[in-house]
Order: sequence, then structure tokens, then C-alpha cells
Amino acid sequence: MKADPIGVATGNHYIDGDHACAEGAIAGGCRFLAGYPITPSTEVAERMAERFPFVGGQFIQMEDELASMAAVAGAAWTGVKAMTVTSGPGFSLMMENLGLATMMEVPCVLVNVQRGGPSTGLPTLTGQGDMMQARWGSHGDYELISLCPNSPQECFDLTITAFNLAETYRVPVLFMMDECVGHMTEKVVIPEADEIEIIPRKFYQGKKEDYRPYQFKGDGSVGPMIKAGEGYNIHVTGLTHDERGYPVINAEAQDKNVRHLVDKILLNEEKIRIIEEDQVEDADVVVISYGITSRVALKAVQDARAKGLKVGTMRLITVWPFPEKRIHELRDKVKAFVVPEINLGQIVLEVERCVSGKAKTILVPHAGGWVHDPNDILNAIEEGAK
Amino acid sequence: MAYWRAPLDLKKVEVPHGDIHINIEHCKGCNFCVEYCPREVLEMSVEFNRKGYHYPNVLKEGACVNCNLCEMICPEFSIFVLEGKTRHPEADEVIKGKEKS
Amino acid sequence: MSKTAEQILSDELLIPQPKEPLAHPMEGYLRTDRLPHIWCSTCGIGTVITAFIAGLQKSGLERDKVGVVSGIGCSGRAAGYLQLDSFHSTHGRAIAFATGVALGNPDMKVAVISGDGDIAAIGGNHFIHAARRNMNLAIICINNFNYAMTGGQAGPTTPESANASTAPYGAYEYPFNLPFLAESSGAVYVARWTSLHVRRVTNAIAEALVKPGFSFIEVIAPCPTLYARRNRLGSGLDLMRFYHDNAVIDHNADTRDIDIEYQKKIVVGKFVDKEKPTFLENKDAVLSAKLGDKYIPYKGA
Repeated sequence: MKADPIGVATGNHYIDGDHACAEGAIAGGCRFLAGYPITPSTEVAERMAERFPFVGGQFIQMEDELASMAAVAGAAWTGVKAMTVTSGPGFSLMMENLGLATMMEVPCVLVNVQRGGPSTGLPTLTGQGDMMQARWGSHGDYELISLCPNSPQECFDLTITAFNLAETYRVPVLFMMDECVGHMTEKVVIPEADEIEIIPRKFYQGKKEDYRPYQFKGDGSVGPMIKAGEGYNIHVTGLTHDERGYPVINAEAQDKNVRHLVDKILLNEEKIRIIEEDQVEDADVVVISYGITSRVALKAVQDARAKGLKVGTMRLITVWPFPEKRIHELRDKVKAFVVPEINLGQIVLEVERCVSGKAKTILVPHAGGWVHDPNDILNAIEEGAK
Repeated sequence: MAYWRAPLDLKKVEVPHGDIHINIEHCKGCNFCVEYCPREVLEMSVEFNRKGYHYPNVLKEGACVNCNLCEMICPEFSIFVLEGKTRHPEADEVIKGKEKS
Repeated sequence: MSKTAEQILSDELLIPQPKEPLAHPMEGYLRTDRLPHIWCSTCGIGTVITAFIAGLQKSGLERDKVGVVSGIGCSGRAAGYLQLDSFHSTHGRAIAFATGVALGNPDMKVAVISGDGDIAAIGGNHFIHAARRNMNLAIICINNFNYAMTGGQAGPTTPESANASTAPYGAYEYPFNLPFLAESSGAVYVARWTSLHVRRVTNAIAEALVKPGFSFIEVIAPCPTLYARRNRLGSGLDLMRFYHDNAVIDHNADTRDIDIEYQKKIVVGKFVDKEKPTFLENKDAVLSAKLGDKYIPYKGA
């Protein structure tokens, strides 16, 4: 299905990542936003509050982030594509109902424009310290999808992708921007509506009384949804449930329910995976990066190649689910993986786990507030190439 | 509703009547229906249901006036009343007399 | 065929005849495959659910256009027994979740059935803000004066001096006066009843369901297993008798004056019933005035 032209601001724009994300959401079919203001993400909500009246969207500024995420989960059951937007402290508050949305299997998008933490941290400065929270932030076992854009153009393009993935797998998708990307102004090209591919929600077509809100087939597939208010009389709950949505409190039901939540992402990891690789096939060192850090790493890689080092790059656009199989393919061929990130070591742990000691893994940490000095990454590449 | 004399329009008056239905296995023995029945139609059983609760029995079926209060106050969806045939008040008197005997 | 003497007697005297098992008149509104429900004997929540169904039938609303959202706790299980679009959300977030449903499908009337702890403590912020916005929701708050699901802890409505498992020497916090909180936050319909007042509760629910905007009904209900037992108040039936003797109907009461003190009189009634544009009516009015024909109202998915 192609995008609805009413929401597509076709043309060349000079806007920042936050604004591009808002345009991507509207182009991607989002018509419901519940949010709470927080730096550095407010511009997303502001632009959508301004644009929604012209595209038939429903905007509400809630009383806090707990309510925002709860409202998104509720709205998604009425059939609308819904999202919320926040940053660090708000992201923490959203974890409760992110878990609810995961358990209820509602498609939605949660934009997190990352800033320095913990706590209030650095409200106006960048960070990538929420990456493990994106994976493990809500309690219990589950799998979600996280995307990391590195430019305003990608903020537009990947927000559409985020909505498409959310619909495909009936899952909340975390759009993990960072303050740098959010506040960086660049050229953003918004194509014609008929060039934008949209995955619409899959609605159930059969007899009303036969509808089951969930399907636990064990093959990673998800069932269709319905719209509340159309007579299906569904029951859905955050409790462990069966396919009817009824609470079942025992170990067997838990196994079926939770494995389904994990399987639908992990069994489809290769389909979900979006990574960008350059010169990894004959590389001695592969630099794995994501978000704004990938642009700093590029400078270090260019410098290293000028010195004659064989360096490849792997940019994680989908960070979660983690491209485990791809790392397995590379780990026997390379000497080292270099992982620069604006935190003191998060995704590097996942790289280490997948590498399993078969190559060196070198972290280039940064506590946040600014991006790396490319020389720090270069030094790590040189160390890895030894 | 016992009369010391028959009112002149007695033949014209019709009293609503309800048929009481009880799903004894849903009952948890709260006693609300017995306590609040305005006609004292119900009494608690001596027997237990499968969950070990006493449940209401109909003591005076004919006396039910289909007010539905037991159905409304029942927390278990266990008792309900369906509209029955209306009747003339004499029936009450017969029942009263029968009870006394 | 002539009637036997017994048939004549049974016709005349209405002696009980064996009956075919019949369906409960509310069966179509209940998830009968989940009954009997989890609530204790003499708990008042089941009565409120009966009143909800009766109120819904009375309201004349199209059943498919009515949704129910619950939070967590004993009352939070309400959604699970109603054969409607029913959502069992997280603790305290029922009103926020319901806001999403009500805005996502503006043709729906969404009711929230939840407890005093869920609505007034952990969900207190959502409660006052949904009231402030005059969101089109009907809130039915079943107040049993404690957190029952978790074992009888003190809550935002536990009366002073009442015993609770986290107030083992008697509660010493000031409790909320929920109708006052609702009215001062902007609710357009505010009532308080007890679960003994089944017909009043039914009428209130019917009125709240058809009332555009934020309606609030507090229903005082017995918790026999925890609140009554810890305070040696007897069974739920004893509490119903207490309501009978101590509930005072005063529709004109000022909500500022209707605090509930431990085992004292309970002022009940319909305290507020007024008209005020809802969140969506205000939104449409402002945006139409500012943007004219360019404004495209949200019509649902």
C-alpha cells in the first residue's frame, strides 16, 4: 500500500531530526500521538500538534509519560497507528506500559531522543545510554525492535520503517534517536506519496464470534487485529493469557505466551535486520556503531584506511533484535571488533557475547554530553589491527 | 398482603409474579437475596453446593412479586427472576393460610 | 383432557414445578465461560457489575459501542467478566488507557471500572487530569477502603483509625473525599452510592453512560475478607446492614462536607449533574474557528 498523500509533505526540506521524525510518522500513517514534553524530544510532538489538524490526526498532551504510553496502547486497539515520543526520564516512566503494549501485542512506535543520564542527567546534550534499557527496560522476558537513525533524512525514512515493522510483527518499535541527530539540521528529501511503501494493519475478516486476539503458533507469526467498537467483544489483559486473551495463571500458559513474544521477533531476526556494511569481507577490524556515533566513526575509519589498515564498518540500524548470526559469520575472519558508543559499554556487551572470545572486542566509551573524538576510535582500530 | 376484608375492587387488581431461578453452583452463600427480599420468599439451604456454600431455596414461590431485587443484588449472577403470570391477590391468602396450617 | 387435582392445585397455588435450566437475563453481557468469578463471598463488586449491565441496558446505548477498561486489583478484574470490548490494563493506568480508546474511537463510550487504590492513589493523577479535560469517560470507582487483592493494606480512602495490614495500629492519614476530588477537578456528573443501593447505582450508571464528558460514580462496597475481618465488622452482609442504617441520601449535599469517617454516616446521592463541552467538542470548536475548512477532524481509524 502507498502512503496517503494528505500526510506527505513532498519536497526538499531543511529541517532537524525531530521535525523529520514527525514528518516520517505522519507520512507513515500515524494519526494518534499522546505525549508529554521533554527535552530534547519536544519538537516532534510540537510539529505533530501543528500538522495533525490538517491530516485528521488525534493529538493529546497527557499528564505524564505513564499516561502517554497507556493511551497509545489503548488507542492502538481502535485500529489507529499510534505513537509517543520522549527522552530518558520519560522513557523510564514508559517502561511500565511498554510492557503492557508488548504483552497485548499492540503495534505502536515509541520515539526516544536519547540524552545523557542517569536521572535528569544532561537534558540538552546527547547520549546513547538507553540502549540496554531499550532491550531490558520493562520487567519480564520479551523482545522488541529498536531502530537507530544517524541523520535527519533517516529520521524521516526510518520512522516509516518503524511503523511498518510495528504492524508486521504486532509489536512496539523503539525509535532510538539521540539529541545530536534530533537537533541536527540537514537536507531532508520527502518523496511523493506513491513512492512511500506503507504496511497497513492486518484486520481480521472472519466471523466475529470466532475471533481470537492472539495466535501462539510457535512459528513466529502473529494473528490479525480488530478495531474496538465494532462488536468483537474482545478481552485483552496484561496478565499471562491464552489465545482468547483470557488470563491463565500457570507455568504452561506462561511458557506459551512469553515464548511467542520472543519467537515472533527472534525467528524473524534476519527479515527485520537492517544493517549497513562496508568493506567487511577482507577486514582485519570491523567498527560496529549506531546512531550519531556511526558518523564520527566514519572519520576514524577513513583515517585508518589512509594509514593502510584494513577496516570495515558495520552500522546497526536495527540494534534490537541484535544481528547475532551476522557477528557469528564475521567473528572467525576478523582480528577485532571496535565498538564506539556514547555510554560506558552497553552494545559492546552484546558484541562480546556473540564474538565469544573468537576475536578481540574493544570498547570506545564516552560518558555522554558530546560525541567521540575520532582519534579515540582510530587508536582503538590500530590496537585491534595489531 | 393479608386483608381483613376483601377490597371491593379486588377482582380488578393484578399482582405481578416472578418465577425464581437459581444457579446454585454459582452461589457463594452471601445471603443478600434472603435478607433483602421484600416478600421473604427465600431461605438459605441446609445443603451445601459443590463449593461448600449454602444457597437460597424458594420458600414461598407464589409470593414473589417480580421486583428483581434479588437478581440485582446478587453478586454472583446466580439468582434471577423471570416475569410470570400475574394473579389475583386471593392466591396470597391461600398461601398464608396454607403456611399457618 | 381434564386437569388432575394436582395440576389444578399447582396452577392455583403456584407450587414450584421443575423448570428447564434457563439462561440468566444478563448472560449475553457476561463471559459465562469465566464464571464463577474470583470475588469473595459477600464482596460487593459482583453487585456493581450486575448494576453496570442493568445500567448499560437501561442507557439504550448500542452495546458494541461501549468499552470497559479496568486497572489492577479486585475491581480491576471487572473487565474480564464483561462480554464487551474489555481491557485489563496496568495498575492505575485504566483512565489513561481509556483516554486512548475514547480518543482512538470517538464513537465509543468507554467506562472505567476500578478500585479506590487504582483510581485515587496510583492513578490519581490520571483521574484529576481526565476530569479536568472533561474526557468522555464514565468512571465507576468501587471503594472498599483498602487494597484487597494484595492483602488488606491501607489505601487513599481508608478512614482514619480503621485497621489495615499496613496500618496495624489504625490508619492515621487523612483519606480522600472522592466526590469532592472529582467535582473540584471538573467532573460533570458526580454521585456516591453503596452497593446496597443497586437501583440507584443502576440509574447512575445509565445516566453516566449517556452523559457526554467525565462522569464519576463512587460505589462503597463491602470487603468481607480483609477490611471487615481486620476491623471485626462481621461479614459483607453486616456491612450491607450498616449501609442500610447509616447511608443518608442528600442530593444537595456540598461535596466538601461528605468525608467518610470510620463507621459513621455515609452521605450518598447525586451531587453534580451539569453540562460542559467535552475535550473533543472543545478541540473541534477551537480548531474549526482557527483553521476553517482546512481543519480535518479525526474520524477514527
